[in-house]
Amino acid sequence: MPPIITTGKTMRDKVLLAHGSGGKLAHEIVRNSFVSALDNPILNPLDDSAIISAEGRLAFTTDSYVVQPIFFPGGDIGRLAICGTVNDLSMVGAKPLYLSLSFIIEEGLLIKDLERVVASIKETAEESGVKIVTGDTKVVNRGSADRLFINTAGVGIIPPKVDISGHNAQPGDAVIINGTIGDHGIAVLSQREGLGFATKLESDCSPLNGLVAEMLEASNAMRCLRDPTRGGLASTLNELAEQSRVSIRIEEDRIPVREEVAGACERLGLDPLHVANEGKLVAVVEAKDAEAVVARMKKNKYGRDAAIIGEVREEHPGRVVMKTRLGTSRIVDMLVGEPLPRIC
Amino acid sequence: MATVDDFRRSELVAGIVSSINRHATREARFMEFCGGHTVAILKNGIRQLLPPTIILTSGPGCPVCVTDNADLDKAIALAKLPDLILVSFGDMLRVPGSCSSLQEVRAAGNDVRIVYSPLDALELARTNSQKSVVFLAVGFETTAPGVAASVLQAKQEGLKNYYILSLHKLCPPITKVLLDSGEINLQGLICPGHVSAIIGSEPWQFIAGDYGIPCVVSGFEPLDILQCVDMLTQQVAREEAKVEIAYKRGVTPQGNQTAIKIMEQVFQPAPANWRGVGEVADSGLALRPEFKDFDAELNFDFDPGPTKTQKGCICGDILRGVKTPQECKLFRKVCTPVSPVGPCMVSSEGSCAAYYHYGEDNER
Repeated sequence: MPPIITTGKTMRDKVLLAHGSGGKLAHEIVRNSFVSALDNPILNPLDDSAIISAEGRLAFTTDSYVVQPIFFPGGDIGRLAICGTVNDLSMVGAKPLYLSLSFIIEEGLLIKDLERVVASIKETAEESGVKIVTGDTKVVNRGSADRLFINTAGVGIIPPKVDISGHNAQPGDAVIINGTIGDHGIAVLSQREGLGFATKLESDCSPLNGLVAEMLEASNAMRCLRDPTRGGLASTLNELAEQSRVSIRIEEDRIPVREEVAGACERLGLDPLHVANEGKLVAVVEAKDAEAVVARMKKNKYGRDAAIIGEVREEHPGRVVMKTRLGTSRIVDMLVGEPLPRIC
Repeated sequence: MATVDDFRRSELVAGIVSSINRHATREARFMEFCGGHTVAILKNGIRQLLPPTIILTSGPGCPVCVTDNADLDKAIALAKLPDLILVSFGDMLRVPGSCSSLQEVRAAGNDVRIVYSPLDALELARTNSQKSVVFLAVGFETTAPGVAASVLQAKQEGLKNYYILSLHKLCPPITKVLLDSGEINLQGLICPGHVSAIIGSEPWQFIAGDYGIPCVVSGFEPLDILQCVDMLTQQVAREEAKVEIAYKRGVTPQGNQTAIKIMEQVFQPAPANWRGVGEVADSGLALRPEFKDFDAELNFDFDPGPTKTQKGCICGDILRGVKTPQECKLFRKVCTPVSPVGPCMVSSEGSCAAYYHYGEDNER
């Protein structure tokens, strides 16, 4: 059945199926809600493709965001969608430049919520110095999506001589994290229907390209960078150990964890090492540069709690081991699928 | 208020470990009843701190794991009924039943939801009045009072579409069965902390009295467990057998009387099926006759089909403390958390999952 469209004010406060139809309402939402906010010379012509120029090695990535709820302490799905793609580009050492932005909207989403998300996208894009240059909007029937899904793709330029990959870790290298782990996952969980618990904790959702640029200035022996999002620090370290065919030994008491996160994890039966982050990175750097890199990171607001948390070793390739606070050691395994809500 | 860190301070650990070493002059095998303890022991590498004379054995204390395939099949059959929402704790979804799992049934389009509390299931019943809402009530004495409260609340509100499938199990009766079997030789029992927070430490008295086995109720922090092992080791050294509490911030001898009253008001002891053991009299909880309108088994017509067991899976032996996960031929090879054969590899409190995830340095 075609949707009933009225021009009455009451219907226009919500997104309708017709907003994604390519017709008049579609143009209205694109112009009023998106272009006016994200204004830039590459986006503005609204041709079928954005035309951009770039020279050098291009990094190109994409990710979809389905976090629920779409607004959470410390962020929202819009900020997440920009940070996620900016950070993925940053993790190969690229300077992020241009992003695409696609919305899949469940009909009935409040226009003011959509505009709040777009405002957050604008702010985050400005903070990270990227431009939204192309986009798309689809509206689906109620029940076919959960309020709002966003896909972003992005391109960036990798500076000459930068060679960062999960395959590059070498025995003796130091492992660094830029701050407390688990903040995002626990902040989102705390808002979850049926699980709501009071906390002042906020998501760490943040763009890390500025921090990465400074780290690359501090050392030319940066081997790996990776953002420990879903699956947490444990999964990221396992990926690096596997890809580089090395083992990683970390020390529990060096890993920064907020008391609120540690407490919530105890109650929920989670391991902070498995909880998602959206503003964290793991760096593997040649040991001689580790202190200098951490010192530089601490000057950046997204690296204030940076710490060396462990080292790369040769024996037992693929294994991650943690020295516990008790002085014992244990394997740190990847997260295996858990029945938890969507967190990114 | 004490923080999580206070229970992990290394200087306190050193003191307790040295006391254990001083007292552990003879070999002793302690069973940690509870899956939560198994996880904490492995996650913190506690065995590495103990002298070789002290052996820790995992017990049957994972409610998901001890749920028999026949019972799981009932839940799966219920979930397939039209206009029915089956509500469960998350861990149950991935456990393989005879032919399927709740996860697969959900993927096939049936309405299976995860909650963190039975009161959330009740809320689903309120907001879905045209559907039947069945809560899969799996758990020990820890969760039974909450489920009982949800039934009382439903009755008070006059809700006609809320049901429970009671698969509750009781800890002291199964411990007696394990000890009577003669399959295990224990010198101490690490009694479950959360269960004892409800029932108190008194119900463990018969183990100390009748079997001469020292009992200490433990919390779940590394220091709690080490203190518990120390107390057990000292009892063994002194040739004593009594019930002690190493978890005084959570457990009293009498337990939580309010919770016990609610539980007894709604439930009565009933036979229960335990994986690896079979039916044990008075080791489960069934709704009392006056609450029969809330009993899913009495109010729905469903066919769970024939019960099958997974070939080669020794979860039953592991739950009885007779074998360890490493002794299972499927462990790590065929049976992994990604494609689990038995429930002990699925549940977050399952022994196999704990050994798989946290296995100590020399185990891989």
